[in-house]
Amino acid sequence: MNWLASMVGDQLPVLQVIVPLLAAPLCIILRRRSLVLPFAIIVCWAAFGVSVALLREVLEVGAITYELGGWAAPWGIEYRVDALGAFVLLFVSGIGALVLTYAPRSLIDEVPAGRHYLFCTLYLLSLTGLLGIAITGDLFNVFVFLEIAALSSYALIALGGRRQALPAAFQYLVMGTIGATFILIGIGLMYQMTGTLNMVDMADRLPAVEGMRTALVAFGFLTVGIALKMALFPLHVWLPNAYAYAPSAVSAFIAATSTKVSVYILLRFMFSVFGLEFSFEHLGLGRALMPLALAGIFVASTVAIFQRNIKRMLAYSSVAQVGYMVLGISFATATGLTGGIVHLFNHALIKGGLFMAMGCIMLRLHSVDLDEMAGIGRAMPWTMAAWALGGLGLIGVPATAGFISKWYLIQAALEQGSVLVAVLLLLSSLLALVYVWRVVETAFFREPSERAREAREAPLSMLVPTWVLLGATVFFGIYTAYSAGVAEQAAEAVLRGLP
Amino acid sequence: MVPMYWALVIPLAGAVLIATVGRWPNVREAVTLATGVALFWFVASLLPHVLAGATPGVLLVRLLPGGLSLVLRLEPLGMLFALVASGLWIVTSLYSIGYMRGHGEAHQTRFYVCFAVSICAAMGVALAGNLLTLFLFYEVLTLSTYPLVSHHGTPKAMKGARTYLGILVTTSVAFLLLAVAWTWVLAGTLDFRAGGILDGRASDGVLLVLLALFVFGTGKAALMPVHRWLPAAMVAPTPVSALLHAVAVVKAGVFTIMKVVIYVFGLDLLSASGISVWLMYAAGFTVVAGSLVAMAQDNLKRRLAYSTVSQLSYIVLGAALANAWGVVGGSMHILMHAFGKITLFFCAGAIYVAAHKTEISDMRGLGRAMPITMAAFLIGALSVVGVPPLGGSWSKWYLALGALDAGQILFVAVLMVSSLLNIAYLVPIPIRAFFSKPADGSDPPRFKEAPAFCLAALSFTAVGCIVLFFLADDVYRLLVPLGGG
Amino acid sequence: MIESIFDSALGLYNYWVVIFLMMTGFYIVISRGNLIKKVIGLNIFQVSVFLFYITVGKVSGGTAPITAEGFEVYSNPLPSVLILTAIVVGVATTSVALSLVVRIREAYNTIEEDEIYAQDDPR
Repeated sequence: MNWLASMVGDQLPVLQVIVPLLAAPLCIILRRRSLVLPFAIIVCWAAFGVSVALLREVLEVGAITYELGGWAAPWGIEYRVDALGAFVLLFVSGIGALVLTYAPRSLIDEVPAGRHYLFCTLYLLSLTGLLGIAITGDLFNVFVFLEIAALSSYALIALGGRRQALPAAFQYLVMGTIGATFILIGIGLMYQMTGTLNMVDMADRLPAVEGMRTALVAFGFLTVGIALKMALFPLHVWLPNAYAYAPSAVSAFIAATSTKVSVYILLRFMFSVFGLEFSFEHLGLGRALMPLALAGIFVASTVAIFQRNIKRMLAYSSVAQVGYMVLGISFATATGLTGGIVHLFNHALIKGGLFMAMGCIMLRLHSVDLDEMAGIGRAMPWTMAAWALGGLGLIGVPATAGFISKWYLIQAALEQGSVLVAVLLLLSSLLALVYVWRVVETAFFREPSERAREAREAPLSMLVPTWVLLGATVFFGIYTAYSAGVAEQAAEAVLRGLP
Repeated sequence: MVPMYWALVIPLAGAVLIATVGRWPNVREAVTLATGVALFWFVASLLPHVLAGATPGVLLVRLLPGGLSLVLRLEPLGMLFALVASGLWIVTSLYSIGYMRGHGEAHQTRFYVCFAVSICAAMGVALAGNLLTLFLFYEVLTLSTYPLVSHHGTPKAMKGARTYLGILVTTSVAFLLLAVAWTWVLAGTLDFRAGGILDGRASDGVLLVLLALFVFGTGKAALMPVHRWLPAAMVAPTPVSALLHAVAVVKAGVFTIMKVVIYVFGLDLLSASGISVWLMYAAGFTVVAGSLVAMAQDNLKRRLAYSTVSQLSYIVLGAALANAWGVVGGSMHILMHAFGKITLFFCAGAIYVAAHKTEISDMRGLGRAMPITMAAFLIGALSVVGVPPLGGSWSKWYLALGALDAGQILFVAVLMVSSLLNIAYLVPIPIRAFFSKPADGSDPPRFKEAPAFCLAALSFTAVGCIVLFFLADDVYRLLVPLGGG
Repeated sequence: MIESIFDSALGLYNYWVVIFLMMTGFYIVISRGNLIKKVIGLNIFQVSVFLFYITVGKVSGGTAPITAEGFEVYSNPLPSVLILTAIVVGVATTSVALSLVVRIREAYNTIEEDEIYAQDDPR
């Protein structure tokens, strides 16, 4: 047994990716709904188990490396898990598992039963891609995983019940592909200069060639490509419709994970590969990112206020929240980075949970329109209470996870002496208050709409995962050793650069 | 270790219990009362610690790895506030039973649950051991009182509640949180410490800005121009206006300012640097302007609300004076004004329930029908004015001493003028009720008093106004450590 | 001077081809409302990057990277291998895109972008 455990323990990094990857085609073979869904759920939880084990190991012994197929780096592909990567792996797989557990009941309503096995396949593939990005230490591999995740999510979004899902998926595909191709160009240029694709190796060799124009061009392509993928304002246009018209479970999963992983790529490239000095001191990336982040926060939050479709509103809010993460990164200090990284995690919980609650509403109301949601708080008190809790997190009310992120960000701004940024940050939470409160007020204090009068509370199979996730936002708002604590370690590791 | 968290657990458990037994009104209200009594008993049991000069603390949870925690710490000012809020909660619960039933209000369970949660938050504010804890409960207090303000669900109530929430959250998030975070960055701690934590940490200019952020961030203190939420909140049922918007919520605001002045800035720092002088003027302006606006109101609850705006600034003024007399006087005013104003609100609610009148001009001649209510109103009004032998006279006395001590004769005058204005807008109401005929010339209505529960509550607080006059010495001894000796 | 201009203009002709294709593809994606044309543009855009990688791998004077007598200089095989993967990704993208277009046509009876949006949100 010990022998087995130690063997599994050594192989953890590859298991993280290969388990969902191999399970995906198996779903097609199993095909029957009653078999596929439980199987996929088990696989997701297994992936979560692996990520928990990885994080524990990383926190104990530091970064782990794994040579794929026994080929030594820099020739072979190296998997590399450090505190940041393990943290991302943990919440991506955790939310992936939770959302899939929640999904079956909502799928019956939104996706034809004959396509459920395809849904599971795509879902697992998407999960594979996202986990792969966070674990690999090879630049080209990042691109491949990025496209695995992206291609499967285009198809997942297209499964949405309304026809608007199709153009939304197409638009996402076009913009996503442009973004990925930009990243590919950037990687190619970097390879051209250094002759390596391994991140550690490249970080070693880059300083010698950083003065060259090619490095600048590569940096530019990468920044734009990643910004497209993470929907940084003003490159966010693909996001609102994609999130709004996807099936509820897909919205929850993608909203919680996909942009976060793109932010992770930004951190990896800008800090680990190019290095703090080049990206921020030499090129002034922070000065470019900060206004974009702030503009994104304000514009997207303002647009969110005027949305009638609440899923679309949440999508715009996501664009704004990406702004917070990028803002934290743009400070390029330990506190700022901690704020950005912990907001990755906190916002993943909050937004995932909110979209799950919207799934419950969709199931019972067959609409996510604000007017239809009038008075729904009476028929679905638990769902809407969960929603309100998540909303408070978005605003950043103390004792919710959102507060922790904001606290770090404000602190980072004040430490740098930019009171203005701190004030803007706080003012932006007021916009969040407006769009959140609009929904809360409509749901709880308005006379029920006709549909709302007939609605019932959502089934437990959906309610419980929703509450687990939104309950976690309160838990991590009070007990932060495993969110802010790990984020602090990750930020330090990122600032230190690769060994 | 003193398990102070019970002050949070008891009302919270009460809220849960009230929600579960909501179907049976009698049980529900018995639970409310029992919770109130249990809470008051517990809070009172903390008193000996404070009188012995101890400031026991409890670590609730370590929030951030950097050393930021949620902490409770007992000290005289918080003790006073906790006693007032929990004690008057019992009285208000009694009153609510009469009022809510007499008025046939809907959603009564939600009402009692939110009330208990609000009290829990008020306890958290009172016992907070650092700025972050204070901020947390301050926000919980805002959010938990929102459903109480919007209770009626009418467009007017929704609008009022939106103003309420909008102003309180905007100011607290935009200014107070910024001030808290800034303090953290400057001082490296958020603990309330005797003598303050900011001395020598920043230039006077920065401290001035910080003080302004604290004062205007604490929207609950209703310092003009952030006072508009208070009249807006008057759409709530009267028990809410009485306990929350005359005692718990508004006092949480001035309490916060007082705490910040004493334990974050420190009296010595403020009096030496003079950065709080502008605050005296702002408070003095609000004292007078609030009274003037109150005179123009015909709606009784709105008049009382503006009166509260004015009276709250007495306390802010006491804090801004930044000397022992000012601080003691301001803190004592938290207690004295609480009893006076809650009596007035109880009476306003009683008049509404029994006679369905809200406008002052309709209340002439009402004294025949509601003699007890109107007598209580007179006592409450005189206490707010500050006439001996009523409690309110002491706090004004100490405030005046504080103003003299600080060499600010002007503010002695402000206090005098304001007292005259108080007489002008409060005292005529009961006088006309007793000695005038109804405005439309009809015969005075026959005896018809409010429900017994209401009468009991308002009589109790009216008597309290008198009793406090004789207890002022004890209160003084409780508060005197605040002035630093 | 003239020589250096000549060098960069013609000596690096392969890069110019890449840039030309890249801009052409990008322009088509942006400017055309017809979804099929967008897909074509996307393809051209991607292909330009494939060519770029292969260009990068070419070592001047080098031969195909197969060990044989008499050859000392070999081209770098790795970019070609990478691009094999990228081509697969590109094909997959195209197929997903085309199937989406088919379904869009079924749902909207058109593949012109503005007509699609006009149907959903008539103003």
